[in-house]
Amino acid sequence: MNILVILVPCSLILGLGALVAFIWTLRHDQYSDPAGDAQRILLEEDDAPRP
Amino acid sequence: MTMAACPGCVAAGPAAERAARRAGLPTHELILPTIHCSACISAVERLLNARPEIAAARVNLSRKRVAITAQVGLDPTPWITALTAIGFEAHEARATIAAQGNDGLTLRLGIAGFAMMNVMLLSIAVWSGASDSTRDFFHWIAATISLPAAIYCADPFFRSAWSALKAARLNMDVPIALAIILACGLSLYETMTGGAHAYFDAALSLTFFLLVGRVLETRMRSAARSAAADLAALEPNRVTRIDGDTRVSCPVDEIVTGDMLWLAAGCRVPVDGVLTSPVAQVDRSALTGESDATEVRAGAVLTAGDVLLSGPVTLRTSVDAKGSTLRRLVYLAALAEGARSRYTSLATKAAGIYAPLVHGLALAAFLGWSFATADLYHALTIAIATLIITCPCALGLAVPAVATVATGRLFRMGILVKSETALERLAEVDTVVFDKTGTLSDSGLVPPAEMPDGPRRVLKALAQASQHPLSRSVLGALADVQATDLDGIQEHRGKGVCACCAGRPVALGNGAWLGLGTGTWVQVGDAAYLLERRERAVPDAMPALSALHAMGLDIHMLTGDTHAHATRMAADLPVDHVHAEVDPEAKQKLIRDLQAQGRRVVMVGDGLNDTLALTQAWASIAPGTALEASQNAADVVLLGQQLSGIPTVLRIARSARRRILENFALAAGYNCTAIPLALMGFATPLMAALAMSSSSITVTLNALRTK
Repeated sequence: MNILVILVPCSLILGLGALVAFIWTLRHDQYSDPAGDAQRILLEEDDAPRP
Repeated sequence: MTMAACPGCVAAGPAAERAARRAGLPTHELILPTIHCSACISAVERLLNARPEIAAARVNLSRKRVAITAQVGLDPTPWITALTAIGFEAHEARATIAAQGNDGLTLRLGIAGFAMMNVMLLSIAVWSGASDSTRDFFHWIAATISLPAAIYCADPFFRSAWSALKAARLNMDVPIALAIILACGLSLYETMTGGAHAYFDAALSLTFFLLVGRVLETRMRSAARSAAADLAALEPNRVTRIDGDTRVSCPVDEIVTGDMLWLAAGCRVPVDGVLTSPVAQVDRSALTGESDATEVRAGAVLTAGDVLLSGPVTLRTSVDAKGSTLRRLVYLAALAEGARSRYTSLATKAAGIYAPLVHGLALAAFLGWSFATADLYHALTIAIATLIITCPCALGLAVPAVATVATGRLFRMGILVKSETALERLAEVDTVVFDKTGTLSDSGLVPPAEMPDGPRRVLKALAQASQHPLSRSVLGALADVQATDLDGIQEHRGKGVCACCAGRPVALGNGAWLGLGTGTWVQVGDAAYLLERRERAVPDAMPALSALHAMGLDIHMLTGDTHAHATRMAADLPVDHVHAEVDPEAKQKLIRDLQAQGRRVVMVGDGLNDTLALTQAWASIAPGTALEASQNAADVVLLGQQLSGIPTVLRIARSARRRILENFALAAGYNCTAIPLALMGFATPLMAALAMSSSSITVTLNALRTK
């Protein structure tokens, strides 16, 4: 059962990583224009990041 | 030495200001209804970012808007002109809408999802046989994750439940909040005493599923709200004011009493005022329902909402823009205590039955078990397990899931549902009352019958060249005519369009400009034809009304117009009852009388004279061409003028109501099997988790059947 000492923190850290990534995307306003983001990938010129 | 005199600061000044401006919030928003692809995005952004006065411009394709950061209060007209020149229709948005107001809710959803998945992993270990110290260890980890997560994520439910309890009401959030609190409390106690049953995963999945419903609902509503705001922006909010000898464009809100306004033909009068030009033709149908144009002379009072048919004219305002808007808002707010505030939604009704029943059962279980076994702790565990397992989850999702699917479907068809209970009320409707002018019929310019084919083709080409409402209305009568090619098309604002056709000058415009008297004329070489103004049924009135008949609805037509006009229109359409020459109060009274006979009435109207009736009716629909005031009063707004949307709305509303009732039945079915087990004391956390997820999923899948 000692393996739990490693595996449980591992699973928590992985989950936490996903949560932090989600919060980052939310902070950077990545859900306000899903349709536009799908189209912007096709733009020729360098697309400046959001102001 | 002061800070301002420091050379470094002086140098940093403009740069810092520019950076702040770049980082700052957008100052202007333009609505671009026609953008749809990546080429549109880059064309719009390149054009706007190349202008020196604009610090940043960013297109939002989902909302079909562009946010512009520039100096506050700058006139956006040149940008709109530039965009129109490269082929993008653009309008100024009244107010920049704050970006997505539901970020807090989305964050809560993310956290609830994270916590739920981790706790579920630990729970699976416990269910598959972890025991003793391992189980306690897992329970403690689950507790550390769940408690803060539940407190933070379920906050919206706690708040809503608390405000309902304070007002001595029961809403769906009361049993939800209670279930979350009890599940957490009982599990914490179990964990501390080394017990076997912890319901942390149930508490979190309950929160997660319900937040999904809540997020979908807010998204849908904010989409509808922003679309409604876009619609309002289509009405021009800038007017031309005459300051001495110059004409300046200024926002409607800045008009004060005594301003001189210059209005082109086809404009809606923005503020009440007195006509100072010698003569003008106006369409007062928005206020009176009359379809015939009226001729007014200098000194006559023009009311906000009148449409000018001739022009340009000048007007001296008699009220402030603020005054008149405010007056109307107060007027409408006073009316708003209509059917919608008296209506109890299905969710509230269900909560009214569900909450006392389940809470009563839990209480009975507690009393029964404590009498039978004299073991208070055991009795309490069973009572709480009953509350958790009875799944407020499915009930909490039953209505929002269906409402989201139904409003989403309607939204994609260009139908905005503005009120939360609108669909439920529309499902019960058995009578449709239409306003005639502007809803079932519109007035447009029609070329005279004796006009030969050649000039008709020129007329079509001229009308196509202009965005003016009067030109647009001519096109309706020339659908099967082929346009000719014209050279050198010039539009003279407020006067007309002129061009060259095979060397001959041709023109379409107001009589005064062409030297032909009043009215709108088309001139082809030496010949001139007066365009007549005639009322006709809108193209989709016939199919829409027939569909409503087929659904078994009673159709009434109400109008402020004369009996002669009303009967002529009614002869062409399948209308059951006609009421002509009714004023706004009479319209309201008619609807009240119908409702007193037990009828459920949906009112469809567009004018200011319909707002009273719209508020009085059980449910109300306004076409997209309606005045803002009527749109505010209506539950549903049809974008574009598509009456065929009305049968669709009613059909989807009925289907949605059926799905909601089915969902309630499904939730009740689950409870019928779960409650006896819980009451007998056989409930386990695994059962709670299974019941909760499977019922939520069935309810959501059933909602998708709404068509």
